[in-house]
Amino acid sequence: MGQFILRRVGLMLITSICLTFIVFFLTNLFPNLEKLAKTQGNFRMSEAEVTSFLEDRGYLQPLPIKYAQWLGVLPGYVIEGKDGTVRGKCIKPGMLQEDAARFCGVLQGDWGYSTVFKDDIGKLVLIRLSLTGKLMFWVMLLMIPSALIIGILAGMREGSRTDRTLSTISITTTATPEYVSGVIFIAVFSSTAFGLKWFKGTAAKAMEDANFENFFLPVLTIALYGMGYIARMTRASMAEVMTAQYIRTARLKGVSFANIVIKHALRNALIAPFTVIMLQFPWLLNGVVIVETLFNYKGFGWVLVQAAGNNDIELLLAVSAVSVVVVLLTQLISDIGYVYLNPRISVT
Amino acid sequence: MEALTWAEILSRMFYQLTPVWISMIALFTISIYYKRNLGLYGKLFDSKIGTLGFAIVMFWVFVGFFAGALDMISTHDPLAQVSGMKNKIPGTPFRGAEEGDYAFYLLGGDHLARDVFSRVMDGASIIIVIAPLATLFAFMVGITLGLPAGYFGGKLDTLLSFLANLILAFPVILLFYLLVTPEIRMTGLPQYMAIFLFSFPILFFAVLINTRYYIEPQKRNVLMLIVVGFLSYLYLSLINEPGTKVTIFNAIDGFDVPGGLLTVFVSVVFVNSPTVFRIVRGLTLDIKTRDYVSAAQTRGEGAWYIMLWEILPNARGPLIVDFCLRIGYTTILLGTLGFFGLGLDPESPNWGATINEGRKLLSIYPHPALPPAFALLSLVLGLNLLADGLREESLKD
Repeated sequence: MGQFILRRVGLMLITSICLTFIVFFLTNLFPNLEKLAKTQGNFRMSEAEVTSFLEDRGYLQPLPIKYAQWLGVLPGYVIEGKDGTVRGKCIKPGMLQEDAARFCGVLQGDWGYSTVFKDDIGKLVLIRLSLTGKLMFWVMLLMIPSALIIGILAGMREGSRTDRTLSTISITTTATPEYVSGVIFIAVFSSTAFGLKWFKGTAAKAMEDANFENFFLPVLTIALYGMGYIARMTRASMAEVMTAQYIRTARLKGVSFANIVIKHALRNALIAPFTVIMLQFPWLLNGVVIVETLFNYKGFGWVLVQAAGNNDIELLLAVSAVSVVVVLLTQLISDIGYVYLNPRISVT
Repeated sequence: MEALTWAEILSRMFYQLTPVWISMIALFTISIYYKRNLGLYGKLFDSKIGTLGFAIVMFWVFVGFFAGALDMISTHDPLAQVSGMKNKIPGTPFRGAEEGDYAFYLLGGDHLARDVFSRVMDGASIIIVIAPLATLFAFMVGITLGLPAGYFGGKLDTLLSFLANLILAFPVILLFYLLVTPEIRMTGLPQYMAIFLFSFPILFFAVLINTRYYIEPQKRNVLMLIVVGFLSYLYLSLINEPGTKVTIFNAIDGFDVPGGLLTVFVSVVFVNSPTVFRIVRGLTLDIKTRDYVSAAQTRGEGAWYIMLWEILPNARGPLIVDFCLRIGYTTILLGTLGFFGLGLDPESPNWGATINEGRKLLSIYPHPALPPAFALLSLVLGLNLLADGLREESLKD
């Protein structure tokens, strides 16, 4: 088991390095740098001014060197600009050149400086991540129990009317992307046109003070899209277990139906949905970006949109590193959990 | 002129869609009459869910066809901005209607005073062309790489699986933001990716023909020349674009695809193909242990013949089902792109962009955002129901 985890963690590291390098490559293509220079400086810069702006800030060094500096395995650049000021990767605003460290990369815990938010990225991402964490917590709390209940109710009597109704509902929710359900919810529950002003159409206030009125719609919107899929997987797994021999034995023995479902079937039926739930995380991340944009909730997804829209290179790198690690970590947990839940399977 | 009531709006919309109803009735009558001779497609009509899904999908296909190719259904120009029609509620009379103009905005006007009904109907034509086509390309890439990965295994499998997992670990939206920007388009990167990704269908068909007619070289050469020649012509026309990085084939460039559209197309194919790859690989791993594969191996058939003519036909059930689901997923992805204002021209009436523009005034005027939202929802739902019906029917035999 230990060796398995070690191998997976190693693979995870290689994957994250590859992915951040791809992001690095794409964000450092010249047209992107040009756009960055123009948004940072001014829009009427000539080509020569753009080049000297980028050169002074170390953007025109060879790609592998820049990447190594970002990682923190090469010392950060120190360049004396054409305007006479000395700039360095490790020289923060208001810091003397002598005080600056030689290395300042991810390995040293320095994620860089956001050009959009004018703030330290490590701190920024952490705050936004905690806001999204709050959102996700409530999403999970709503999504998992309801999905499991729908799946179990549908799967325990396959082909019955309850099964067909619930299955149709779950297909409908999987067919409704967040930007569709979110728009419908806002229109129905918070617009003046329909007159039902039950909820707020924006979750901007929920960042400090979340309550049912301003937080329920975003949570519901994300939960609904993932719910159908988990429910369908649970239903399939439950339906399969219900045809197993040991369930028939229990029935012939005279155990009540409720007891069979709760005591005998559930344990085996919940193994498959566990994996599915864990693998839903990457998809939820997508939903988070859409919902945070739609409801104006300034969390991690919102930062992603801002960073990508403004080509904030270091912020974008931090965001992608975090999301990639989240995705890979959930995959690892789902694999390990699967082995624990199902003794018939071994990692070797 | 009076504004229309909801009953009048609905009946007028129903009337406007007449060509769609006629074609659907014709299609269903013929299909159900001959359903015993139509294989899996005919069996679909035995399942209520599948029939319903098929009906919804065909509804949008016909809407897209009549609105896009024949310009029949929409009542106004989807891009025309008419003064005095801004944010008007459904059923508002068309201001300054002249002879030949349709007298109403059936579903109201959006924030730029364009007709919502026409925009939704014309939006269908974009989706029903791009989504299935992009899915088809993703399948070509996935199948061409997934079959050898599953069949040969070993280092090739390890490498390809690693690459697939790499792409899958990316959050889709981040990938879109990185790939579908005007700046990236200037570097020509999407075109280089197109050169790589779109070569797979040619490769696929070349191998397909070669393995089948290997023992009849004459027949093979003729077929190969026709099919591969035609595909290569399409391929070169597709990747070549005057005024961009790839211009060496200007002389034989048959048609132009707007740069934004090509970028969207490439990224959607790029995002979808790793998943298809994983499915095909899994199916191949399962099927290659069957007896008929061993029989073919004993006969001395080549590896590619076995993959394409023994394994692939036997994997068609799950692949067809996944194809339907994946078109729905691609539709959602295209909507996401439109929602974030990426790629497609924001003026164009694609559903995602229309939803995005409508959401800005959502709490006061919900009518511009809701019709495209329901349109997208119903199409994806139809595809999911269709996939469900197909799965049920293909499991029966």
